Amino acid sequence: MAAKNILIAAALAFMTLFLVLPLIVVFSEALAAGVGTYFTALVDPNVAAAIGLTLLIAAIAVPSNLIFGIFASWCIAKFDFVGRNLLITLIDLPFSISPVIAGLLEVLLFGLNGLLGGWLSDHNIQIIFALPGMVLATIFVTFPFVAREVIPLAQEQGNDEEEAAVTLGANGLQIFFRISLPKLRWGLLYGVLLCNARAMGEFGAVSVVSGKIFGQTDTLSLAVESLYTSYEIQAAFAVASLLALLALVTLVLKAALEWRHRDELFATRRKKAA
Amino acid sequence: MSAVLPLRRFAWRQPSILPGFAPSLAITLIWLFVVVLLPLGVMLWFTAGLGWSGFFDVILRPRVLGDLFVSLWTAFAASFVNIFAGLLVAWVLVRYRFPGRRIADALVDLPFALPTAVAGIALSTLYAPQGWIGALFARLGIRIAFTPAGIVVAMIFISLPFIVRTVQPVIQDLEVEQEEAASLMGATPLQIFWRISLPAILPSLLTGFALAFARCLGEYGSIIFIAGNKPMVSEIVPLLIVAELDQFDYQGATAIGTLMLAVSFLLLLAINLLQAWVRKRHGG
Repeated sequence: MAAKNILIAAALAFMTLFLVLPLIVVFSEALAAGVGTYFTALVDPNVAAAIGLTLLIAAIAVPSNLIFGIFASWCIAKFDFVGRNLLITLIDLPFSISPVIAGLLEVLLFGLNGLLGGWLSDHNIQIIFALPGMVLATIFVTFPFVAREVIPLAQEQGNDEEEAAVTLGANGLQIFFRISLPKLRWGLLYGVLLCNARAMGEFGAVSVVSGKIFGQTDTLSLAVESLYTSYEIQAAFAVASLLALLALVTLVLKAALEWRHRDELFATRRKKAA
Repeated sequence: MSAVLPLRRFAWRQPSILPGFAPSLAITLIWLFVVVLLPLGVMLWFTAGLGWSGFFDVILRPRVLGDLFVSLWTAFAASFVNIFAGLLVAWVLVRYRFPGRRIADALVDLPFALPTAVAGIALSTLYAPQGWIGALFARLGIRIAFTPAGIVVAMIFISLPFIVRTVQPVIQDLEVEQEEAASLMGATPLQIFWRISLPAILPSLLTGFALAFARCLGEYGSIIFIAGNKPMVSEIVPLLIVAELDQFDYQGATAIGTLMLAVSFLLLLAINLLQAWVRKRHGG
């Protein structure tokens, strides 16, 4: 009994030190100069622009990865073909690549001295240091998020219902919308949740390809850096508190999904338990 | 038993009555190529353009080697700490019931969910000499923020969930019967853990370590604020890449990027071999 309590205390102490305190510090620093100053920092037009840009990037990156995840899960989970495991490994690749390298890749492709740089500047198209580059870098970094949640789930669920539907004369779209999509919906939502959190919070990859102009090409994460490095500490933490709230909401929704739809999210564990 | 094996033509995919294979595979491959493979190929192509001598000219610069050493040892130290901390947290979350366990369990994923820049300025403020934790250490004459120790702290934060989430399901699947049997035969709790539980957990712990190590090496946002960013002492490789890009030294950035990529692929290979070895051992 004593050992149990010591272990629990040690684990909670470690978590408090490394997880809870950083979270508390964000809010305490943000509110250090009072609630009034806090809100003054947030209604700054540059911050509003950063919020808009962050939402815009997520609004492009998340759906594109959602659609990719759906197509990838269809061909990988419904069919058995040579090279399937290699394909899964390749989809997971961006996870093991530093976000800074993700940014570097876009620069090498689209930057002024990059592969397509000359052609792009001839046609007056700017990708690096502008929105398209930031979107591409975000898509790269969040590429596996939906797919890796949905593929194992679809594989576990099997094809019995879909095959029955084919024999009853359903066409592809009917099968997808009436059977496969409802089976996968919670897994998709889970993937979208994680993908969105990363897309809105991404820093390294986006910072490499952003023009870093506060109010124009700064996302919320980049605004935190801009403010912090120009010694506007309290404003930096005010913006950071928005992102921390986003993280907390993500964690709560994630826990709620895991709690309420455990069976539909983790087919593997249900099978093992049975 | 001499059934005649049907002669089957090699088929690259199993027959299926479900529709939509070709279009979904085509879209998946095209999107994968455009988003991931083409950019990676371009980087390797740029690296090849440097030639071996150009590549090694960059890689053997003292600053590159020094920063690589900093990245490697801090990532190793942080992942090593998390072997113990992560195992402790996972063990407690699975085995014990206590008030707030659910919240603690959800909180483990905070480093996944919290944007790295936020973690960076928060940790930097906490561990600065005037910060809540930094002040305690300052009294002992120890500086954490703006030294390599700060890098290790940020890496511990960022890689904790990798080890916890890898080990947790394995602890969940441990068969309690073995432990109970050992207990009946008079084994002490420590003996049981050391002889029965730990050997079963060890492979997942190693996988978690490798995942954590890889994440630490690539991490940027949560580290740059707390690191001193002094070349060869408290500067990490990803920051060096950014520095090279800021000076428009594409060749330098490309060569260092390829080096990092090679290191992460070696790690990925190690993880896969480790997992194959574990599967073989458990006959699954």
